Amino acid sequence: MSLIRRKPQRRVAIIGAGLSLFMRRALDTGKELSYYAASQALDAAGVRRKDIQAVVMATAPDAFDGVHMKGEWLLDGAGGVGKPYLRAYVGGGSGVFSIISGWMMVASGLFDLVLVVAEEKMSSCQPHPQGAFLTIFDHIIERPLGPNLLWIFSLEQQRYMAAYGIQNEDIALVSVKNKHNALAHPAAQVAAQLTVKDVLDSEVVAWPVHRLMVSPISDGAAAVVLASEHVAQRLTDHPIWIQGVGWCLDTSYWGNRDLAYPRYVEQAARMAYEMAGITEPRRQIHVAEPYDPFAYKELHHLEGLQLADRGKAPDDLAGGRFDRGGELPTCPSGGLMGVGNPIAAAGLMKICELFWQLRGEAGARQVPGNPERGLAQAWGDLMQVGTVAVLGVR
Amino acid sequence: MDPRQAPPYVPLRGHPLTDDEFREREASTAWAPRLEYAWDAGIAISRFLEGLGQGAIYGVRCRRCGRTVTPPRAFCELDFKPMDEWVKLPETGTINTFSICYVTWDMKPLRVPQIPAVIEIDGTSPRVGFLHLVGGVRGRTVDQIRRQVRVGMPVRAVWKPPAKREGAITDILYFAPVRKRA
Amino acid sequence: MSDRVAVVGAGEVPLRPLSPRQSYREMGFEAATRAYDDAGVTHQDIDSFVSVCEDFHEGTSITDEYTPDQLGAVLRPVHTVAGDGLQGVAAAVMLIRTGIADLVAVEAHCKTSNILAHEQVLTMALDPSYERLPGITPHFVAGMEMRRYLHETGAPEDAVAMVVVKNRRHALSNPVAAYGEVLSPDDVLASAAVCAPLREREISPPADGAVVLVLASEEAARRTPKPVWIRGVGWASDSPWLAARSWGQASYASLATQMAYQMAGIAKPDQEIRFAEVDDTYAYKELQHLEAAQLIPRADAARIVLEGGTRRGGRLPVNSSGGSLGMGYCFDATALYRTAAAVRQIRGEAGRAQVERAATTGTQRGLNQIEDCEL
Repeated sequence: MSLIRRKPQRRVAIIGAGLSLFMRRALDTGKELSYYAASQALDAAGVRRKDIQAVVMATAPDAFDGVHMKGEWLLDGAGGVGKPYLRAYVGGGSGVFSIISGWMMVASGLFDLVLVVAEEKMSSCQPHPQGAFLTIFDHIIERPLGPNLLWIFSLEQQRYMAAYGIQNEDIALVSVKNKHNALAHPAAQVAAQLTVKDVLDSEVVAWPVHRLMVSPISDGAAAVVLASEHVAQRLTDHPIWIQGVGWCLDTSYWGNRDLAYPRYVEQAARMAYEMAGITEPRRQIHVAEPYDPFAYKELHHLEGLQLADRGKAPDDLAGGRFDRGGELPTCPSGGLMGVGNPIAAAGLMKICELFWQLRGEAGARQVPGNPERGLAQAWGDLMQVGTVAVLGVR
Repeated sequence: MDPRQAPPYVPLRGHPLTDDEFREREASTAWAPRLEYAWDAGIAISRFLEGLGQGAIYGVRCRRCGRTVTPPRAFCELDFKPMDEWVKLPETGTINTFSICYVTWDMKPLRVPQIPAVIEIDGTSPRVGFLHLVGGVRGRTVDQIRRQVRVGMPVRAVWKPPAKREGAITDILYFAPVRKRA
Repeated sequence: MSDRVAVVGAGEVPLRPLSPRQSYREMGFEAATRAYDDAGVTHQDIDSFVSVCEDFHEGTSITDEYTPDQLGAVLRPVHTVAGDGLQGVAAAVMLIRTGIADLVAVEAHCKTSNILAHEQVLTMALDPSYERLPGITPHFVAGMEMRRYLHETGAPEDAVAMVVVKNRRHALSNPVAAYGEVLSPDDVLASAAVCAPLREREISPPADGAVVLVLASEEAARRTPKPVWIRGVGWASDSPWLAARSWGQASYASLATQMAYQMAGIAKPDQEIRFAEVDDTYAYKELQHLEAAQLIPRADAARIVLEGGTRRGGRLPVNSSGGSLGMGYCFDATALYRTAAAVRQIRGEAGRAQVERAATTGTQRGLNQIEDCEL
């Protein structure tokens, strides 16, 4: 059981990508942000809305917008009117899952050209977007205790640190790296040149988490165009192939789990590696965009992805292995910590980054050595879901 | 590094608002949801809540895999079989992890921090616990609290007085550190 | 590998107005246990799982968090479709056709009784800036649409009432249905106007339940006792703007059925489809959807319903399960309950609800569904 080990029947490629600006508060509506990203992706792919056969939308809780079934509401901005349209949803993991869902549509043979849009407008939720997360907890045995989102992340970070003797200085370095990388990203909301001391001097919001270890509240959108093999080859000389996908959901009884290690990320990664024919991920993956909504999560996820030994990702980070010029550049985009975190859009932004990196088009952000294969990962729900996509140039 | 040197090379669209613009903007629609729910607790959680009202923590044991878990559930999610061997658990446990939270959900500062924790209840299988609060701790700073609360530390439930219990998770006020297990 | 997909198992918890004894998790477990048993598989045989749910129906943000345990899907590939149940079926069909999965379970549940003010939830499906009218029942959208449909087709209100009478009666033969009843058209027409011309009895009443289907690749389906083949799926969304719609006609349903018919190779749906389960959240929608699905010529549904042509013994039995009016309206689970009913019809296992000749056709119904907020 547990792992899907079968090979897909058909190949699927990404042929265009687009983004909106990532902002703390946008004047633009969610529909408008979706339109910006979608139209840019369509232009990049050289296709028009009428060519698109189906549309995938990813967007996190309805509570952000105060709109029930908000996927349907966002439909027109995403170019979905009159088309088969699907909103796939795995909480924070939705951004990367959106291309998995789009991949299913094309790999099924039902569609040749699919538009995938991810959108989030968190700023509509007042007085604070965190209000949307108050009701993620079990309604009977957790909500009466008054939990908020920071609790579960600080609890997980503390368990991770305690299990392996990790110091907060090690964690802070993720913020420093990613906010620095984001200086070269035109969509970035919170790029900065910081030191570890700056991060640790920012106030403690929920010890061991400091303010600068948390990604911001953001509005933004991202989009990609997916194509079947014969259509991709007709439309572009440089398709980026979806070589493997994986996803996995752990139990919702999160208090019954090992919080020091994300088993669900490992399972999702193993499924994707199997599909992509990867046997030695550390050698065969050249650039990675692990999910980094909190600084420690990047390290935690790199271990689950088998890209670092358990408890050792902080050492690799300190040694420069994950820098843009390092052996395995991670979050060269600047990640959620630097570019911003419009939840579902942030995950798809990572896919956009790999698309540009693997085509050698990342400009000031380009990682050296002509990377041929990259990995993006997202995570969400009650610290519970891993979504993984492996992309490559062939 | 100049961000304009990086893709996407076309100008990115979007109109950021400052805090002031956001507050003073007139073109917005406000809607306060009036959503109300009354959730059915079901077979397992109803009995768990009833136990709490009587000052007891209950778990259930799976006859197939042998795990003892709390909060109780009507079926073993791993073996996919009904789970109905009820076990009264001790009111003691171990701190799996904890945090010291200085803000409310809308990021307002808290003068007295909250200490949420995952408590592994004694008598359950390894790493089985639930969310609750740690209390009975003096001081407000990280250093003061970390001197009294540690991962792996034994704790004991502190209950509401029997007359005030209502069959809810909050019938346990908090878990307090204990020097020695009973 | 073939691209054929079958439904090989169905399990439902009987729909009821209230379900105080069971939590949604416990209901999901019961439905999954029944479905896996029906398919002759265990939870460990299932490769992947799809749940269908909406946050505001549960009162839980990111409610997909709470889906894996009751399906036996812990640490497995699970994902959620926030949409209609048939979109969950479509996701499972696509997943199987990729070639990576043999068996996929699709789940939906409804705890409608736990929502104390469902109209508040419905109102929030409307655009907050342009379309939310505080103090007016959100059923106003259906009232306006019904008026336009009656105006364009000349259908009498008696025909709408007859849909209610028929479906409530059908529900009496379906043990899963919550609202079986013997009514006369006058009973329906005498019920209070909610948003004229829409009456209270023409709105399907909510019910609680849970349902799980198991879908399989051709290879896996051949190993199960009772596969029912899915010959076509289709879905489409109309504009989210109320003002931009074709009010009289369900254009989303036309698009969706065209896609499904094309996939199934159906050229003459009115001759090739032997029975239909179509959305009847509001009674007039059944008429509108039958026309959109080309099962009945435009503006002819009222006549055929009044003549009894859509009764269980008629030329085209429609909603012999009882439909939403008779089974109960169960949110995203609605379409899965109806698919389960169609599976039993095609297997010839529908008991007193059985329609003649169902088993002789391999065609599942035109899978048309709603794509907008309140329909």
